[in-house]
Amino acid sequence: MKSKTSFSKIVYLKAKIEGDEIFRLVSALFALATILLVGLMVYELTRGSWLSLQKFGLWFIMGTSWDPVFTLNFGALPLILGTLTTSAIALAMGVPISIGIGLLLSEYIPKRLGFFVSFMVELLAAIPSVIYGLWGIFVLIPFLRNNVYPYIQAVLGSLPLFSGPIYGGGVLTAGIVLAIMIIPIISSVSRDVLSAVPHSQREAVISLGATKWETCKIVMSYAKPGVIGAIILGLGRAIGETMAVTMLIGNKFKVLPSSFFDAWYTMAAIIANEFTEATSDVYVSALIHVGLTLFLISLIVNVIARLIVWRTLRLVKGVSRG
Amino acid sequence: MDLNRNRKIFLVAVTAIITIGLVIAYPYLIPAEPEREITINGAGASFPFPLVDKWIAEYNKVKKNVKINYQSIGSGGGIRQHTEKTVYFAASDAPLTPSQAANASNTLHIPFTIGGVAIIYNLPGVPKDIKFSGEILVDIFMGKISKWNDPKLVELNPNVNLPDKDIIVVHRSDGSGTTFVFTSYLSEVSEEWKANIGRGTVVNWPVGLGGKGNEGVAGLVSQNPYSVGYVEFIYAKKNNIAWGYLKNAAGSFVEPSLDSFRAAAAVAAVTLPKGYESWAEVSIIRDVVRNTQAVDAYPITSFSYFLVYKELNVLPNMDEYTARQLVEFLWWTIHDGQNYSAELDYVPLPSNVVARNEETIRMITFNGKQLKG
Repeated sequence: MKSKTSFSKIVYLKAKIEGDEIFRLVSALFALATILLVGLMVYELTRGSWLSLQKFGLWFIMGTSWDPVFTLNFGALPLILGTLTTSAIALAMGVPISIGIGLLLSEYIPKRLGFFVSFMVELLAAIPSVIYGLWGIFVLIPFLRNNVYPYIQAVLGSLPLFSGPIYGGGVLTAGIVLAIMIIPIISSVSRDVLSAVPHSQREAVISLGATKWETCKIVMSYAKPGVIGAIILGLGRAIGETMAVTMLIGNKFKVLPSSFFDAWYTMAAIIANEFTEATSDVYVSALIHVGLTLFLISLIVNVIARLIVWRTLRLVKGVSRG
Repeated sequence: MDLNRNRKIFLVAVTAIITIGLVIAYPYLIPAEPEREITINGAGASFPFPLVDKWIAEYNKVKKNVKINYQSIGSGGGIRQHTEKTVYFAASDAPLTPSQAANASNTLHIPFTIGGVAIIYNLPGVPKDIKFSGEILVDIFMGKISKWNDPKLVELNPNVNLPDKDIIVVHRSDGSGTTFVFTSYLSEVSEEWKANIGRGTVVNWPVGLGGKGNEGVAGLVSQNPYSVGYVEFIYAKKNNIAWGYLKNAAGSFVEPSLDSFRAAAAVAAVTLPKGYESWAEVSIIRDVVRNTQAVDAYPITSFSYFLVYKELNVLPNMDEYTARQLVEFLWWTIHDGQNYSAELDYVPLPSNVVARNEETIRMITFNGKQLKG
């Protein structure tokens, strides 16, 4: 009898272990598939851009001409600059607002109201980017052109960055819409991170007589790595965003725009614009090459972000230990 | 035992009856050419998509077993898929260039509909019907004419109070047949344009803003006072956007309309090549720009083409039945199909173009066998 029980127990244990083993294998397989997928993407992008890589080589990223009609010379420098600039504008405007929302939700307002506010903010993330584009064309652009940009120009017009004709669309407009698009991502992740800060921290600071503002600062410093991670997620979205930017930036291939109000171009936008009607092989290859460049830049941004997160994580740990 | 024997006899009888029945019914059950379900895949230009889509729906009522699948991925994509032989037919707003034709040898061109490009503008407080000429359009899109009250514009529009405002030029940013047609026109009227900017689905615009799609251009034009741009006529008409008149070689000012496009196509139809010849040089635009008699013709007009292989056995998975159905569909589009054109604002083909297409479709073969008698 006794031996039987222990036998069934062993079988049961064995099954359990086998189940664990299977689960482990399946999980590993999924994880591996992701890595394989990334590898496959790099391979395909490289293969597709091979012609262009042969013709332009690494100089592609420094090239400043885009001529599909006569010379078939292609270069991506203006596109790279356009992508980075619009993303930077988006971060400059979106990050303070997002962190503000995050702090409000985690520190200031009651949970139920917070739930409602965060629901509304996250709703922004559910709007398709083509809708942002259309809204930009028909609502935001007329508003900015008539009610905002002229005043900016009146104040800052002496700076070359804010001079020149105002069309409505352009670098700044694209940046503003991008900012709106990345706010839900950054704010919801930073809210989660800020809420995860242990209450003991807040209580300790308050017990020392800190004001609410000082408490927020301490909470922020504790949550810094997570918030940076959130910002990077937003940056990733801004860099890759295609449709809304394409509809708003004016799509002009030039090395530098004359001002923030001028039209420019981004990597994602030129692919969306020109891929379907690109017929010559070099042309198609150059567009895929732009895709490869976009991929690599996203990769670099992510690596840098990782490094920052690690570094601050170590710093924060050091602080809390001290 | 008896029971068993009875059962045996019964079984044999039933089997015999079924067999005999099948033998008798055989010719009725399996027709000479099976009316089986087939799918014909096509891809290409987005400009004629609403028309092709309508055709597909209507043709399915006529031929229930033939399903046609058309992906509007753009002319460039259509030509690529045709070259790679992944579709049975492609549609393109431009004929194959010599190098494209070399990659897809034995391609037939079947012009199946006609479209045009309208010049749209936004001039607050100015009545509609501004007049343009080819030279003025070239100058505007090159940035040489930068003010609305430029003497050249004033000369064409003496009764209009043109404002002293900068012209904001708007063009397509995405690769598009519309841009190809429009820049073909500018290249035709100006050697300078031809040499420096050229024609293409995307060109290096010297000035202006780029909008994505017809809606992007129309949006930018409607949002920016004192702007000018170009869109497909159908888009301008459906959305009630003011368009300009254009001076043709006969000296008359013509507005884009189904009639003026048809008149333009009729000019070009006189000199169309055979279906198997090179169509690279076919251009309604050129013919209208050079024809001083065509009073009613609007110059920025172009064909959309079906591209089909002359010998269909070059396509993988093609069989004679499917090939025959493809040919029947093409035949239908240039005849009955044309009846649906006008209601969708496409131009029905002139009769001499239909005649040329009939000739072309009769050339299509499968394993050397003619498919349409």
